[in-house]
Amino acid sequence: MYQVNEQGFYGEFGGAYIPEMLHPNIEELRTHYLDIMNDASFQNEFRKLLADFAGRPTPLYYAARLSEKYGARIYLKREDLCHTGAHKINNTIGQILLARRLGKTRIIAETGAGQHGVATATVCALMGMPCIVYMGKTDVERQKPNVARMRLLGAEVIPVTSGNATLKDATNEAMRHWITHPDDTHYIIGSVVGPHPFPDMVARFQSVISEEIREQLVRKEGNPYPDYVIACVGGGSNAAGAFYHFLEDEHVQLIGVEAAGKGLDSGHSAATLALGKPGILHGCKTMLMQTDDGQVTEPYSVSAGLDYPGVGPLHAHLFKTGRVTFMSATDEEALRAGLEVSRMEGIIPALETAHAFAVLNKLEFEKDDVVVMNLSGRGDKDLETYSKWI
Amino acid sequence: MDMNRIDELFWQKKNNILSVFYTAGYPDLNDTIAIARHLQAAGVDMIELGIPFSDPIADGPVIQHSNVRAISNGMNVKTLLDQVRAIRQEVAIPVVLMGYLNPVLQYGLEKFFFDTAAAGADGVILPDLPVHEYADKYKGLAQQAGLRVIFLVAPTTSDERIREIDETSTGFLYAVSLSGVTGARKQFSEEQEKFLDRLSRLKLKNPVLAGFGISNAESYQRVCRYVNGAIVGSAFIELLGKGGFDGEIKRFIEMLKEDQACVQ
Ligand SMILES: Cc1ncc(COP(=O)(O)O)c(C=O)c1O
Repeated sequence: MYQVNEQGFYGEFGGAYIPEMLHPNIEELRTHYLDIMNDASFQNEFRKLLADFAGRPTPLYYAARLSEKYGARIYLKREDLCHTGAHKINNTIGQILLARRLGKTRIIAETGAGQHGVATATVCALMGMPCIVYMGKTDVERQKPNVARMRLLGAEVIPVTSGNATLKDATNEAMRHWITHPDDTHYIIGSVVGPHPFPDMVARFQSVISEEIREQLVRKEGNPYPDYVIACVGGGSNAAGAFYHFLEDEHVQLIGVEAAGKGLDSGHSAATLALGKPGILHGCKTMLMQTDDGQVTEPYSVSAGLDYPGVGPLHAHLFKTGRVTFMSATDEEALRAGLEVSRMEGIIPALETAHAFAVLNKLEFEKDDVVVMNLSGRGDKDLETYSKWI
Repeated sequence: MDMNRIDELFWQKKNNILSVFYTAGYPDLNDTIAIARHLQAAGVDMIELGIPFSDPIADGPVIQHSNVRAISNGMNVKTLLDQVRAIRQEVAIPVVLMGYLNPVLQYGLEKFFFDTAAAGADGVILPDLPVHEYADKYKGLAQQAGLRVIFLVAPTTSDERIREIDETSTGFLYAVSLSGVTGARKQFSEEQEKFLDRLSRLKLKNPVLAGFGISNAESYQRVCRYVNGAIVGSAFIELLGKGGFDGEIKRFIEMLKEDQACVQ
């Protein structure tokens, strides 16, 4: 019911709205991705790298102090302990293996927070493939450690100056590059966005998160079903991965948290589902922050990884059908929550992730509710922002 | 119904067709109209008006910049249709509107087809509208409106798919001559030559105009050896950006036609 259909749609959202120049690339992916991903030798290779290179399974950690404070049984799914420090590596390992099977020899990517850029640069180094990462100039400045990491790993980081010089603009530039190099290049898109089959492909690679949560909960709680799964939503890949194997279990409440920036009504926000209308950006029909004339609005969030005016079409559909509840958190609320997790649990979360924690005090839990927080990434990259705020 | 101006053009003229693309509302909001007038006076065969969009993923820096400027000037679909009506008071050559899907979708695709035709435009190019979606859902509407809907083919498009697109496309076929985004190129490449040669051998139903990278007499005339004509965009917009277009537009068009090697 929540899976993509043959035509690449989730309900009314999705599809592949791309200029003809990208058609052969997208068509090549569309016709091959499921066969490749279902191939036993591919799965073998993928699973092995997830285990030995990325460090999976990641722990499901019972957060005793947060649990006590919020009156529930709160578990943290520790994606921050993945190699490179976020869930993004699950997707980049999958996509680079797929790109190799398609005979591609060059990799490009876009990045916001730099986590996807680092994860892409990492797998390119692993596979000995050249790597170009587009990153908005604003983000290059606010996520310096990740820029240094990408360069150290041998990637070329190209700052993008168009628009607000953030994630949307970096994505535009990556697409332009792909149009210019259609034959030998694969575009490792960083979230569940873009033309079909990217959203489905990325969701499948990230679904290892909820696969593990189920197994781990059986051991810790005696059954695979939490009462809540909570994740932040930029494009929506960590949320898609954390929700994936619970989508059909309607009694599991799924909550996505968007970035409200300076406030939903402030004009400086990235809360797409709260503020957007259906539209088309980066090759898919989805909810989109835009003007009445159909110009995409420049988003704003303190967190570079959530600073995107769209959202994956799967989430637009989950929003429309009501399967997932979407909430939002402001910069201030996220920073405060990030600080709280740091000081109560000894884990500094990424600013993106901190948004998910910011809704804990807005929800009413029963004492024995099992709540899984997807701790999508670690906050080392955000120390400068945190320090300024404290 | 009257013959569509695009059909009429290709019926009367088979070679060396020159179509000029520029972003509506650039450099100033109402320049669209005067530029159209100058282009007709300079002997251009067709005009393509770009509907600006905030995220033009198939465009290079020149057209990106003109889009940013046009949007901040206040250009939108409704204003553009008003301008098309004004252009039609003075300009007889075919006018085609070209733009990314989202602004058109917000206006309403069905309404857009009818209002565009009613305003006096002859065709539309929506590069990110999937061919099959158009064929399944909208083709009837466009026909009813009397509008030609032109689709793109690229060097990476297979012969088989080119034929399919040719089936659906009306008016003409837009050949993206190279693998890349819009923007003037100094040299005409081997890739362009090979692709246009391939196209010319396919015996397509539609006439073909080639665009992307065509910027000077050499590239314009090379294109004309293979297909019915060329579309010049970025090089012209760059000229507009320098300001003052009375004599400049005329000279630019003369420059393109200089020493025309391929005669009718
Ligand atoms: C740690 C972390 N969480 C979340 C995100 C947001 O992306 P998504 O919504 O695709 O998970 C990012 C993106 O950079 C990130 O680095």
